[in-house]
Amino acid sequence: MADPTSTLREIGTELKPAPPGHEHGSLTAWIQDLVFTVDHKKLGFLYIGAAWLFFVLGGIMALLIRTQIAVPNNHLLDGETFNGTITMHGTTMIFFFAMMMVFGLINFIVPLQIGARDMAFPRLNAFSFWATFFGGVFLFLSYIFGPGLYGMGAAPDASWFALAPLTSRAFSPGNNIDFWSLGLLVSGVGSITGGVNVMVTIFCYRTKGMTLYRMPLFTWLSLVTMFLIIMFMPPLSAAQIMLVLERFFGAKFFEAQAGGSPVLWQHFFWIFGHPEVYILVLPAFGVISEVVPVFSRKPIFGYPMMVAATVMIGFISAGVWAHHMFTIGMDSFSVTFFAFATFVIAIPTGIKIFNWLGTMYGGKIRLEVPMLFCIAFLFQFLIAGLTGIMLGCAPFDWQLNDSYFVIAHFHYVIVGGIVFAVFSGFYYWFPKATGRMLDKRLGTWHFWVFTLGFHLTFDPQHFLGFLGMPRRIYTYQEGRGWEFLNMLSTIGAFLQAVGAILFIVNMISSARKGKIAGDDPWDAWTLEWMTSSPPPEYNFEQLPEVRSRRPLWDLKHPEDPDWKFE
Amino acid sequence: MILTESSLFTIFVVAYLFYIGKSLNPPYPWQVLEFPWLGSLFLFSSSGTVVAAEHKLKKGDKAGFELWWLITALLGLAFLIYTGTEWYSLIYHDGLTLSTNLFGSTFYSLVGLHASHVLVGLILLTLILVASVTGNIKPRHHEHIEMISWYWHFVDGIWAVVVTVVYIIGMQH
Amino acid sequence: MLNHLYSRYSLATRGSGRGWLLAGFTVATFVGFLSLAPVARAQDSTIRAIQNIFDPLSAPAETLYNVSLLVMAVCGVIFLIVGGLLTYAIIRYRHRGPEDDQEEPPQVYGSAAIELAWTVPPILIVVMLVLVTARTIGEIQHHQMPAAAEEIRIIGHRFWWEVRYPKHDVVTANEIHVPLSSRTNRVPTEMILESADVIHGFWVPQLNGKTMLVPNYRNTMWIEPYATGIYLGNCTVLCGPQHANMLIRVIVDKPDVYQKWLESQKQPPVSDPQTVEGQKQFIANSCGTCHTIDGVRGANGVFAPDLTHFASRTTLGSGVAPNDEQNLRIWVQDPQRLKQGCLMPDMQLSDNQVDAIVAYLRTLK
Repeated sequence: MADPTSTLREIGTELKPAPPGHEHGSLTAWIQDLVFTVDHKKLGFLYIGAAWLFFVLGGIMALLIRTQIAVPNNHLLDGETFNGTITMHGTTMIFFFAMMMVFGLINFIVPLQIGARDMAFPRLNAFSFWATFFGGVFLFLSYIFGPGLYGMGAAPDASWFALAPLTSRAFSPGNNIDFWSLGLLVSGVGSITGGVNVMVTIFCYRTKGMTLYRMPLFTWLSLVTMFLIIMFMPPLSAAQIMLVLERFFGAKFFEAQAGGSPVLWQHFFWIFGHPEVYILVLPAFGVISEVVPVFSRKPIFGYPMMVAATVMIGFISAGVWAHHMFTIGMDSFSVTFFAFATFVIAIPTGIKIFNWLGTMYGGKIRLEVPMLFCIAFLFQFLIAGLTGIMLGCAPFDWQLNDSYFVIAHFHYVIVGGIVFAVFSGFYYWFPKATGRMLDKRLGTWHFWVFTLGFHLTFDPQHFLGFLGMPRRIYTYQEGRGWEFLNMLSTIGAFLQAVGAILFIVNMISSARKGKIAGDDPWDAWTLEWMTSSPPPEYNFEQLPEVRSRRPLWDLKHPEDPDWKFE
Repeated sequence: MILTESSLFTIFVVAYLFYIGKSLNPPYPWQVLEFPWLGSLFLFSSSGTVVAAEHKLKKGDKAGFELWWLITALLGLAFLIYTGTEWYSLIYHDGLTLSTNLFGSTFYSLVGLHASHVLVGLILLTLILVASVTGNIKPRHHEHIEMISWYWHFVDGIWAVVVTVVYIIGMQH
Repeated sequence: MLNHLYSRYSLATRGSGRGWLLAGFTVATFVGFLSLAPVARAQDSTIRAIQNIFDPLSAPAETLYNVSLLVMAVCGVIFLIVGGLLTYAIIRYRHRGPEDDQEEPPQVYGSAAIELAWTVPPILIVVMLVLVTARTIGEIQHHQMPAAAEEIRIIGHRFWWEVRYPKHDVVTANEIHVPLSSRTNRVPTEMILESADVIHGFWVPQLNGKTMLVPNYRNTMWIEPYATGIYLGNCTVLCGPQHANMLIRVIVDKPDVYQKWLESQKQPPVSDPQTVEGQKQFIANSCGTCHTIDGVRGANGVFAPDLTHFASRTTLGSGVAPNDEQNLRIWVQDPQRLKQGCLMPDMQLSDNQVDAIVAYLRTLK
């Protein structure tokens, strides 16, 4: 393996800030470059571009869903189509928006943050992307096959967690479920190989002087995320292999009539499923942990504790899975145990919130757009965590499970938490990636419209859960008390769409004529800001040596460097 | 990588253990399984031979390395043939297939998963052997060869688990 | 101390109005979002369409309600404290202008004392919550059924509910009658939940939390309602295209009314000479291969709801439409028009056949 510090490039010509899609050269040359690239930055762009594509597709499905249930007894989508739409919405958003976005951000940022030139295995990196992408394409092919184009094709329709025995041949005779399991098996391979790659990169390619305890928190959180990926995505793959064997070869894993147990599927799925949401949220925490200190002008409060809390979250997340199964009829001891574990995991999570608060306290908070999204994240994630505690209390969950309260809770985490963190990360790192700032005015509009839309969509859903509305129903009767709240929620969804459009417009227009950013527009402290914007292909002219957690702070404040105090 | 694979295998092992004794119709494990002495011998000794091969490689003994490496591959092949004959007998003689009952499903999926990993290992071994014979192995490849032998040990380790779960524990039922 | 805390949050068992007020206040403060439309009590006081979990009308639902109040109060307080601190920090420590650019604020790396201070209270809260949770779980799951308890077996099908009363040898579908319970005469109802095909879920919020119906698996839950009425509920686990219309109606009757209902269900079906033709058509068109009608030869199918006393039910298609002549006609003609994706096919009946069968079914009281 190449020695990362042995190569010293000459000071070459820097690449002009060239946003994707507008590089000089012919279109075919550009496409060829993207398809065959192994550079982590370009792969980062590919991941992120694909993620936004799937976000738009998943978002359209969300709008369809919300329109259908805005009023009772609606006829926009029938039961079967609706089930397909909710399944595709969930599967797309989780596996092909959120996972790809996570990998995209990590791909781009982590090597820069640790002072490396690329990932450990660049070709494997490219393979990971394409495998994940093809998995997504395969999933969407389901719309074309099956009963034909005039229906919604053969989209999987058993919900994103595909409960057995609904997924067995007897109850799902078409190929819908097969598109689901095979598509995800392929993308799962991509995720796992990506995970291995990032882990090796972080362990072996840190620049001189960067011990594990001097890594930026985004990198730390990515590391723990990768552990979770390689440990907990295989259970999903295993369960899907079993499902495929059952559907194609008559194997008898979950079939009740052969003595099998549908509950086993749930265990296997949720052993994957719960760590999966931590896989999605930890990188979001990473973004917040980068942005909040820079925009509060203080170092992160309690770095060692943040690391410890993250590792604890990683461990405990393996032990809470059955809180998704409180209503299945487990014995009291198991129910109590999983409620206990769920409460316990709230502690390190809460500590992180307190640490972010401690970072802001006593600082000089600049309310730039990245920070606006962070602040919204903090409030929203706080609420999400608290509704999670409510759900963790098993008896309360017996009322709220499988209701709109759960939908409200996890959308608070995924949209109010993760998507907001992604937006924050974008406004923060877009200048580094493209050399241009995202427009501040447009960004502020985006923030307020999206936040308003978000709250209008999901706050009423908590109350819908209180009023007894279950999940996954394509219609409901009048008089249940659900009409007004559903209508509010739908209006909010369209508002969010407007906010998202504003964002996409911002990205496209700023890439062309945004303000030139320079190396370090935010006066930040981690290594990625040391190189040009966008970075040259080899990342750093000379691989830097660090003596503390904030190498650029040390450079800018030689009279008061961090390494004197750490 | 090893963590990932362990995680994958764990789920199949759990499925097997969970369904022990729960099949509603025959054939049952105690009726059709025999302890795989020969197969295990092949596989476990192949771990020993791969260590010997590594040893020769470090000493620079190219011929010795190739010999022991070849023996390892042959032992792996022997194991696969053994498994194949076992399955042939189970399918055609005892009527046990993937879809017969819970035992069939979990047995074939677990043992099959393992066998597929052995096959992959065999292919890797063969590739290295060919590369060595044609003179393409350089010192910088030694680490990769060590990785492959680690993978081989891992596959053996999994077999130890499979033998315990399927043949020792499972055969009681 | 726990008991004291616990009883602090218990309200009188019948104060559903007060309960709603307190819950509404807590929740509204918690989120600050007063979007809840004026939640009217159902106009018709017998149909309880608004199934508010904070308006329990059954003993186990009330136990859940009490614990939920405690948890929400804890969460509410945490939200106010942390949210308040966040708001304060943003306002107090915001960057005010160019004068704030002169120098950086004090670079504080952390503080072990503060870290400890904000770790210990959450741990204590968690301990308290776990104990309360464990106790509530035990209270609900290990409840001793008195001998007088009613017992019902509910088997979930795609997309209807089979309801059996083992103690009385009564079989019906979709509309579940249970006796009222009172302080002096406690008559809880134990429900055994099973499934004939895929996983379903049974949920009537005002009566209890939900429980799943899993094939090859037996679940039990119990209710103890103390207010009469028709309680609406839903299937809560996606089971196919008509999951949304697998509706539940639990009809809580006073004990004497309940007994009368049981008696009427035990009677053989009415044999009206005017509808003999309908019965013949019913058998001739294979309706009996799926449906059972007591005492009618050839009508002993188990794949579809028992129709012996079909006309005594207020809805058809597990709640998808009222059980009147017009809807019944549409249903018998082509059920897919009312419930597309349900498992009853269009039997291609002629108008005369439909008329006859409808007339017959409407006599099955």
